Amino acid sequence: MVPITLAAIGEIIEESAGLFNIGLEGMILISALTGALGAEYFGSAVGGLLVGAGTGAALGLIFGMINTYWRGDQLITGVGINLLALGFVAFMLINLGAAGFHSVPRDVQIKLIPVGVGSLSPLVLVTIALAFIVYWVLYRTQLGIRIKAVGENPAAADVAGIRVNAMRLSAAVVAGAFVGLAGAYLSVDWFGSVTKEISAGRGFIALAVVVFSGLNPLLALFGGFVFGFFDGFATWISTYPKIKDIIPWQFVAMAPYIVTLLVVAGVIGRVRFPKALGIPYLRE
Amino acid sequence: MGSRDRFRALHQYLNPINESLLAGAIGLAVGSIIMLGLGHSPIEAYSSLFRGSFGSVYSWAESLANATPLILTALTFAIAMRGGLFNIGAEGQLYIGAIAAVSVSLIQLSAPFHLVVALVAAMIAGALWSLPVAILKLTRGVHEVISTIMLNWIARFFAFYMIANVLMDPVRGEKTISIAETSRFARVIPGSSLNYGIVVSILAALLILFLLWRTTAGFELRAAGHNPESSNYAGISHKKQVLRVFLIGGALAGLAGAVQVMGRPPTYALISGLPQMIDLGFDGIAVAMIGRNHPIGIIFAAIFFGGLMVGGRMMQMSAGVPLELVRIVEGVIILALAVPELKRIFHFVRAKFVRKEQRGGN
Repeated sequence: MVPITLAAIGEIIEESAGLFNIGLEGMILISALTGALGAEYFGSAVGGLLVGAGTGAALGLIFGMINTYWRGDQLITGVGINLLALGFVAFMLINLGAAGFHSVPRDVQIKLIPVGVGSLSPLVLVTIALAFIVYWVLYRTQLGIRIKAVGENPAAADVAGIRVNAMRLSAAVVAGAFVGLAGAYLSVDWFGSVTKEISAGRGFIALAVVVFSGLNPLLALFGGFVFGFFDGFATWISTYPKIKDIIPWQFVAMAPYIVTLLVVAGVIGRVRFPKALGIPYLRE
Repeated sequence: MGSRDRFRALHQYLNPINESLLAGAIGLAVGSIIMLGLGHSPIEAYSSLFRGSFGSVYSWAESLANATPLILTALTFAIAMRGGLFNIGAEGQLYIGAIAAVSVSLIQLSAPFHLVVALVAAMIAGALWSLPVAILKLTRGVHEVISTIMLNWIARFFAFYMIANVLMDPVRGEKTISIAETSRFARVIPGSSLNYGIVVSILAALLILFLLWRTTAGFELRAAGHNPESSNYAGISHKKQVLRVFLIGGALAGLAGAVQVMGRPPTYALISGLPQMIDLGFDGIAVAMIGRNHPIGIIFAAIFFGGLMVGGRMMQMSAGVPLELVRIVEGVIILALAVPELKRIFHFVRAKFVRKEQRGGN
């Protein structure tokens, strides 16, 4: 639930400002790698998370630059980031020695908080807190209104004295940090290792959660719970012997994607997106 | 006058070519920086890459063999872009096409007929897998990026299931039954992977070229992509465009899967985990971008890419640089091509150059 929600919140910030980034998947992937390396380098899990967030922010900066001041094509930039990530992570994993796999030492992984039946990652709490904070900023502050103005009607925002491209670029960088944190969580906390398929479509599921949420971080949190449940459920069920005999694991593995598709198809009619989403702003 | 017009027409083609070349150069440059950073020699790496891709008849044949499916998946993406849609579903449609092609080998038919049936089955399967994308977009407004990605993952697991449980080889569990002899593409050059599937790919590209620029349907499609509002005003049905784009695109991607499994020696079968299929759809996007979504450009871009794939293996062996570097270069090329400012840089350089020339003339 954590990575999907964090990435979705990042994308919500960005889309509110009018940027549509389909490169989440690649950003998660690269940050998972750098986060793991950062954790080892600094000898602490928090260091790893920060490096992951920083990596995400840097990628957000690249995405933001291309799609604001350089007036690029957002979808194509996203595809480029995804391809680049796939190559970069596979390349680095080979350079690190072990083919296609890199594990993070246990002592620099996130310590889980024991609760009742099991244990809980502190990042779950961080994610919930961040969802509320971003909701508050977007819907209750002047800054939030400015961000949304840039996404809705950049020309009017420009007239009102908001620097459209600077605002969008900042949104992309902040969003990148959220997405990067999601990636670092995967390697430093959840799996404790990096593979080139660690993101497993979570960036795209996050995009679907954004659609579901209608750009509301709190609904994204709820959506993240639902999709995270199916994600975990699929993993759990595939190891459960009796069910494994009845339903082939491949069909269980499909479940999160089918659910995503159905949910998106079910809710999308009543969701409204910013008017200038995906369109570069040209001052006339 | 006549010569100037011809010059202008030539420029119309040269500009996109120049942009692609410039983006390619940027990609290779970033690749060199990464290699230098990790202590590899870029010159050694790129020269072995070139030798591996276009250094001999054999390497040319391998490059062309790798280009064969890429031409088709690139056409899937390109035809959608021409129609103003973003179809990244070739990846999944390709798996489904390959599964359909292998399934046809369960029945027995005579030689040329069997091959045709397999190709048609793959095209229909790919188109059907693509259909929900069009339906969801038209009836529910679901963005094609999200639906195609979800269907790609579903297709992958569905293919895994079919390989392991339905089409499996009774003797060797890790692969499917092999494509029947009567349904295989013959090799063009014995000993290489190049087979007559390449003819199918090139014919498909020419057919799409004809469709886009010589038929009413193609004109409508390009008009809708260029300016959706005015094309709607002109009475071009949006619904028809979306259906056309996804059905034709799906059929092309399905064909790509079929050509790959029916043409590539030695196994002529799908292997568990789909190693010979994975990423062909996504690479197709890059090929379409470099080929500027033009069928002829795509043929050349696919050969370039096929060369990178073959040469990458050579580079890995003789220069010790992992094959994956090639994909980093691809990613950077796409990012460079996403920036229209690149064009401006080019115009800027050319404007300077032309001015100098004029001054020289005076």
